[in-house]
Amino acid sequence: MRIPAGREPAPALRAGTDIDVLPLLISALALAALLLGGFVVVAPNRLLSGSPLSLWQAAGPGGAASLLAILGVIALLAARPALRLQRVLISLAAGALMLLSLALAGMAASEQAVAAGRLTRVSLGAGFWTLFVAGLLLLADGAEREPRRAGKALPLLATLLGLAALIASGRLAHLSLAREYAVRQQAYLDELLRHLQLTGAGLALALVAGGAIGLLAYRRPQRAGPVFAVLNIVQTIPSLALFALLIGPLTVLTGLFPALRQLGIAGIGPFPAILALGLYGLLPVARGVHAGLSAVPPAVVEAARGMGMTGGQIVRHTLIPLALPTLLQTLRLTLVQLIGLAVLAALIGAGGLGTFIFQGLGQTAADLVLLGALSAIALALIADTALRGLALFLLRRPAP
Amino acid sequence: MRMAGRLARRPVVWVGAIFLALTFGMGGLAPHLGFLFRAGTRLVYTRASFPELVASHALLTGAASLIAIAIGLAAALFATRPAGRAYAATLDRLGALAQTFPPVAVLALAVPSLGYGALPTGFALVLYGVLPVMGAGMAGLRSVPAAVLEAADGTGFSPGTRLWRIELPLAAPILLAGVRTSVTIGIGTATIGSTVGALTLGSPIIDGLSGDNPAFVLQGTVLVALFAVTVDLAIGEAQRALPQRPN
Repeated sequence: MRIPAGREPAPALRAGTDIDVLPLLISALALAALLLGGFVVVAPNRLLSGSPLSLWQAAGPGGAASLLAILGVIALLAARPALRLQRVLISLAAGALMLLSLALAGMAASEQAVAAGRLTRVSLGAGFWTLFVAGLLLLADGAEREPRRAGKALPLLATLLGLAALIASGRLAHLSLAREYAVRQQAYLDELLRHLQLTGAGLALALVAGGAIGLLAYRRPQRAGPVFAVLNIVQTIPSLALFALLIGPLTVLTGLFPALRQLGIAGIGPFPAILALGLYGLLPVARGVHAGLSAVPPAVVEAARGMGMTGGQIVRHTLIPLALPTLLQTLRLTLVQLIGLAVLAALIGAGGLGTFIFQGLGQTAADLVLLGALSAIALALIADTALRGLALFLLRRPAP
Repeated sequence: MRMAGRLARRPVVWVGAIFLALTFGMGGLAPHLGFLFRAGTRLVYTRASFPELVASHALLTGAASLIAIAIGLAAALFATRPAGRAYAATLDRLGALAQTFPPVAVLALAVPSLGYGALPTGFALVLYGVLPVMGAGMAGLRSVPAAVLEAADGTGFSPGTRLWRIELPLAAPILLAGVRTSVTIGIGTATIGSTVGALTLGSPIIDGLSGDNPAFVLQGTVLVALFAVTVDLAIGEAQRALPQRPN
């Protein structure tokens, strides 16, 4: 008998039969990049481009050997599918890989600062980034496939804790990224907070309005088509244009009614940014709410009505609990998308992490770009992981 | 005559017509928009003409989309063949992880290694264009009922003929929806590409925002929004033109 296409479980998921290819592949890639690319890059100052140092030159034989040893351990573990704790151990090794490469790069930076003076900038090279991303991929893969909740959370928490300890120990302070942060600590914290505020306000707007639209489309199916067609058009408009599109009308509006300006409504600044973020989140939220509610079997709703529940009770006790997986997924995807889009808010004078990216692009200061871009990526990853964790906790099974 | 009338009612025709008219007419229209803005605002964008901007934007998006569609489709085919099925879950996960990364951040991170201009933009365009095509391709190919595949095998189709004659046509509607998403994202990413120096319809927006010139911002946003909606509607028409799949 043939097994129907696509219904067969992926062999990697069948415990104890196959060698896990992904960790092997990633370790091999990381090894290749480490041998080819520079581990760190040393530049004479902040704006000049630098020359790469290999792992061997930057970290010495001991450092290089210990990194290679971790890659070897990951490869060995990948070939032992029968091991009960295989996934957890691979994830822990991946976390160790990330932390050790960061520590080695930090120590190399300290040595260079002593040897070549304060203006020297030591930034992270292609070899480092490959190792770091390889570790990140393995962690994500492990968290996804490990069935036990403790097994999912432990490697992530251990890595985060190690990262916090590494930063607190001051070993990373001489890396160009840390120095870029140190000279603008207050501004960074302000813009980070602003980024969170913009995203939060945009998300709240999208949840309230999009949720209402989704509920309406569920209650009145004949209206769903046109409503989603309109939202689709909004989603089609390029994000940059949507941010900028509001400048004109809002400027005209505040010109006609100056009183609006006292409410914080203006053509540029946070107000149009939040409005644009809210508009962009409208379709995903409305579609998610509609899809989640529509997936609840009508018979269940009928039964609830038969038991004498009121409309509100049906929503609270039947629809929302049954639609919860889809609703949580919608929340996660929308939040991650808005965190990324809020970077553009800096272009219309609303601040946020994009400020550093666009300042850095203007000054061709790669470290400043990196500070903003990495923060935005980290924020998106943290939000994604946290909401996956929340879904796991609330639903007692992995998010779809 | 009646057919022409029916054609004119399709949104893609009139939105497209407005888009084309504004593309070629913006240069002549712009000097007359002074009443909308503060006195003294420069009204005519001079770095490039609007047809040039549209052409550059379309070329960049089109080329990157073709590459992205080719890669995405190849990945989807690989992941649904017997040899590659083991990697399907991994590709899914990598796609989900990559989607978490903000496009602007990726665009900016590509600059140190790829320089300013069209190259980092093209890189980001391809990266974000692959994911929807790959996802839709996998979903589409998996949606082909097993009974149909067995019937094809029983008729004596070779795997290649089966793919070309049965699987791809049946997967086409879902695949095309992925292409539509991919191209829409591409047009948006190309617009942001002007922040790293690519010449697109985003250029007047960025120049207008940094130079405090709302006229440039307005011209750029209106054109790029019309461009995106026109292309989206055109692919929508292609979707409608596909034969409906019986359930």
